[in-house]
Amino acid sequence: MSFEWPWQYNFPPFFTLQPNVDTRQKQLAAWCSLVLSFCRQSKLFTLDVLEAQESAVFNNNRIHRKLSVEAIQVVFEELRKKGNLEWLDKNKSRCLIMWRRPEEWGKLIHQWVSKNGMVNLVFTLYELSNGDDTEKEEFHGLEDWMLLRSLQALQADGKAEIISMDDGKGVKFF
Amino acid sequence: MDRFVWANGLLEMNETLVIQQRGVRLYDGEDKAKLDVGVVLLSTHRLLWRDQKNHECCICIHLSQIIFFEEQAAGIGKSAKIVIHLHPAPENKEPGPYQHSKYSFIKLSFKEHGQIEFYRRLTEEMTQKHWENTPVSQPIPTGIGPKAGRTRAVGIVGIERKLEKKRKETDKNISEAFEDLSKLMEKVTMVKFIGLDSANLYLSLQAKEMVEVSKSIANKIKDKQGDITEDETIRFKSYLLSMGIANPVTRETHGSGTKYHIQLAKQLGDMLQAPLEERGGMMTLTEVYCLVNRARGMELLSPEDLVNACKLFESLKLPLRLRVFDSGVMVVQLQSHSEEEMIASALDNVSDKGSLTAEEFAKLLGLSVLLAKERLLLAEKMGHLCRDDSVEGLRFYPNLF
Repeated sequence: MSFEWPWQYNFPPFFTLQPNVDTRQKQLAAWCSLVLSFCRQSKLFTLDVLEAQESAVFNNNRIHRKLSVEAIQVVFEELRKKGNLEWLDKNKSRCLIMWRRPEEWGKLIHQWVSKNGMVNLVFTLYELSNGDDTEKEEFHGLEDWMLLRSLQALQADGKAEIISMDDGKGVKFF
Repeated sequence: MDRFVWANGLLEMNETLVIQQRGVRLYDGEDKAKLDVGVVLLSTHRLLWRDQKNHECCICIHLSQIIFFEEQAAGIGKSAKIVIHLHPAPENKEPGPYQHSKYSFIKLSFKEHGQIEFYRRLTEEMTQKHWENTPVSQPIPTGIGPKAGRTRAVGIVGIERKLEKKRKETDKNISEAFEDLSKLMEKVTMVKFIGLDSANLYLSLQAKEMVEVSKSIANKIKDKQGDITEDETIRFKSYLLSMGIANPVTRETHGSGTKYHIQLAKQLGDMLQAPLEERGGMMTLTEVYCLVNRARGMELLSPEDLVNACKLFESLKLPLRLRVFDSGVMVVQLQSHSEEEMIASALDNVSDKGSLTAEEFAKLLGLSVLLAKERLLLAEKMGHLCRDDSVEGLRFYPNLF
């Protein structure tokens, strides 16, 4: 399914950081949602800033507009404030994109577990993210760090327990 | 130069000052007079001259002594002059700077210009001949007709008289055009002396009606399109303006400081109404500056004085306002000017065309680009427009966010 760009993407002012505060808020909200939905579609969990600057998200060649580097930083900062982004390094060159928050992932995983009556079984992390059984699930292919966070969230909720095993981690669902 | 007599520089009861010009040197015929540069003053009765440095030195000549006069254009290194041919001096003439002169004409050399207006006013006065209606108390030598005992070259006098006749005929046309002008003078209701200053002699005329009549003259003249160029119209308007408004408010007439600015603000209030309305209620301060100084002709305003005067609009309850935009641009606008209307119409224009740059908007509305940009920025501030800033330039779109 090809990505559906939102109407703002073809609106030239979208690529200029608006000076009017109210307008800017709406503009940034639109950018955040665009970035997140793009990452969701492409199943991207990490972004390299330099790469992102060149990507189609911030460059619309059809209308010859692109978002400036400063503005991109503003958008990323906005995502970070909302909890959807985490910087991996001090230089802010790479980041984690959480178009779904750990809690939401956790919920999805637990739902699958319950539905299939696999409560009280122990899974390895690999099984969850890459197992044949989970192939049709959304969380299939979830990167390890995200998976772990999601499970930690469930754990905090009392719905799972992370177990350390010889060759990695496992989890038991309640 | 032997026609001149010593004077004290004071005007008589019915005598009115018409115009004065500084930076004038007198010539006895072709030779420079043994006097320095001074101020030449024209009244309804006399032509006076006073030394700029030594105010005690003041001479005059009665206007009836003038046969005719003509302009002499400026040359390289030479100022423009007015050549004045005079009747011979009467026998009972009072003492003056010159006992004898081999010339029967003098020249006024305008080193600081002003000859054009001076010439016009002299023409008017010579046409109107006020001294015939309102004689002043001092005995006026009429200088008409030869006196017995004086030898003179009759031939020259005859030629001079012919030239005078010719001049009178051409003057008739001018006086017809100036018919209204004499009405103007009649309507003067008060003539006041402000006082003899070491630098200048002032007169203040108060006649609101004068301004009305002067406006009608300006229109009449404008209609005579063939002969009158726009430049002349502007010049004439400036003369009228300076007539209808008491000697354009200068630092000399009203002193510097707030009082001066208050008077100036009132004058601006009157003057700017029409131009503002023509331009949709708003003009940048630089436009105002150019307009005002062009109309004044002489006694130009400094930018500082203009700004200070404009700041007083509100406190003086004048229907004008000085307004400063965020960008620092200063404008004068009519109080009645509605910002909301302007912004709403700006939004319509932009929506109509999809998007507009400041230049395109200016063209559309006939505004200056500066004002057009201000309006668009204001609309953006209000949230009606948003901007698209790229290498192609700055464009404004309706705010669809």
